[in-house]
Amino acid sequence: MSTILKNKFNEVNWPEDRGVCEVPYQVFTDKNVYDSEQEKIFRGDNWSFVALEAEIPESGDYKTTFIGDTPVIVMRDEEGQVNVVVNSCAHRGAAVCRELRGNKPNLECVYHQWAYNLKGDLIGVPFRRGIQGNGGMPKDFKMQEHPLRKLRVGSVAGLVFATFSETVESLEDYLGPMTVTAIKRICSKPIKVLGDQRQYIKGNWKLYAENTRDPYHASLLHLFHMTFGLYRSSQKGVSHMDDTKRHSMLTAIKDSDDSTEDFKNMRSFNTEFKLNDPSLLAGRKEFDDDVSLVILAVFPNLVLQQIANTLAVRQICTKGVDAFELVWTQFGFEDDDKEMQAIRLKQGNLIGPAGLISMEDGEAVEIVHDSVIREQDKSSYIAMGGGKAENVDHLVSEGTIVGFWKYYREAMGY
Amino acid sequence: MAILKFSDMTAMELQFQVEKLQSNYVECIDDDRLEQWPEFFVEDCLYQIISRENEDRGLPVSAIVCDSNAMLIDRIVSLRNANVYAEHFYRHIISNVNIKGVTDEVVSVQTNYLVLQTRLSGATEIYNSGKYLDEIVATEDGLKFKQKKAVFDTYQIQSLMVTPI
Ligand code: FES
Ligand SMILES: [Fe+2]
Repeated sequence: MSTILKNKFNEVNWPEDRGVCEVPYQVFTDKNVYDSEQEKIFRGDNWSFVALEAEIPESGDYKTTFIGDTPVIVMRDEEGQVNVVVNSCAHRGAAVCRELRGNKPNLECVYHQWAYNLKGDLIGVPFRRGIQGNGGMPKDFKMQEHPLRKLRVGSVAGLVFATFSETVESLEDYLGPMTVTAIKRICSKPIKVLGDQRQYIKGNWKLYAENTRDPYHASLLHLFHMTFGLYRSSQKGVSHMDDTKRHSMLTAIKDSDDSTEDFKNMRSFNTEFKLNDPSLLAGRKEFDDDVSLVILAVFPNLVLQQIANTLAVRQICTKGVDAFELVWTQFGFEDDDKEMQAIRLKQGNLIGPAGLISMEDGEAVEIVHDSVIREQDKSSYIAMGGGKAENVDHLVSEGTIVGFWKYYREAMGY
Repeated sequence: MAILKFSDMTAMELQFQVEKLQSNYVECIDDDRLEQWPEFFVEDCLYQIISRENEDRGLPVSAIVCDSNAMLIDRIVSLRNANVYAEHFYRHIISNVNIKGVTDEVVSVQTNYLVLQTRLSGATEIYNSGKYLDEIVATEDGLKFKQKKAVFDTYQIQSLMVTPI
């Protein structure tokens, strides 16, 4: 390939700084950008969410998942330690675990039955010394030199993260005080997993990273509350970031209602409809504060949410430049009584791929992705609230999206 | 109209009535008569769409779970007036309508279904494949679902789910 072409596709032309945030659409559709993200972000100096500890409570419990598009195994060993390895055999690369989850005393690759312990160390190679003098591995073959690729693992309040990086700061430092506090607020007690949902969205993963850092769209795209006359208009809340701006926390306070004036010209401000069964929204106060909504977006692949009494992690697994899978794991607490669990499950109708107030996010990602494919020389225009990556104590802002892009450019060297 | 008593019916009559109900049910959705869809259920009903991934582990999280007829109506009002999604058609294919148990009041049925989805591009894709676990009761207005539980194999939902199954 000619150098000219190569350069054209390897560079990202960021528009000159005009004081707001403009993101070239190329970063959503360029395969080279995507490949580079796998190395610099998902396999680079960042921590990725991989599991809830409650998903693998016992020794030998494991689950398979992805960091970016690299398949990994998350497993608990005999000492109770959680280990994360790349799901690719040290022999010739086959997947070592093919199920979503399960329990095994050790891992065995089906191809030639190389066996590994729950730390990822190689513990068995069939025909290692050959059969009747034939074959066998070389004399200097040492099993300890052929483990599965091991990742660094950290955990905060039952959320497990892993990184390929030897140099990145500790998990707590990476998350920063804002994120750690928010995680500990929600996950203050032993977690009980209530189930998973998987949503396959045909768009670039960063469109979802933007979406979950975007308080601007909440009342405009998601019309459920508005339609049923349940909207609390100038809802109080915050749009905050950590020091590096890579993580974002959006919160809203319950019933901080005022004027309806500002919403008169919105698409569907009417109370023509009301819920036939309002039990859908019946909840119970469970935190010390009045915060009714938290969308904590942790770079690069996690959203931790509290929407009323629904608690969930959403994990982004990239599936190429133009798709990602969003895995929703809804949870409650071990000490939830029956009624509390019923509340969480009924409110579960609000979230997930069929969620009355969340289904539109997948749609938003897809309609952007499909329409920018050939607009490679164009950029988005992100300026609501001033276009600066600043913490504000309201929700009429896109500052947290600006923060995402600021960190993204640093991480990618753009 | 007198209420049917299941135990008075022959196996063939019962099979016919149940298949007729299933056909009417999927036709109602496929023909986009969703306002009528709640009428297939009794007042105090359970409608649930849950992945096989969760069902097999005994975990309760569902894509949709409604425990009253009023909730079904709210779903449709929301779909028509609030939710934003790509326009599409459904086509249900049902087979293996298999009556599992009969009492005077309730017939339990397991049925395979396949939902094909066609979006505005014109392409048709397999959207959801699974089984219905139904409990059917007789009312003055004919047979209705006391419970309809769709357990789907297709645990990776494409884009989103808004239309009932
Ligand atoms: S590839 Fe795993 S044992 Fe050969
Ligand atoms: Fe949203």
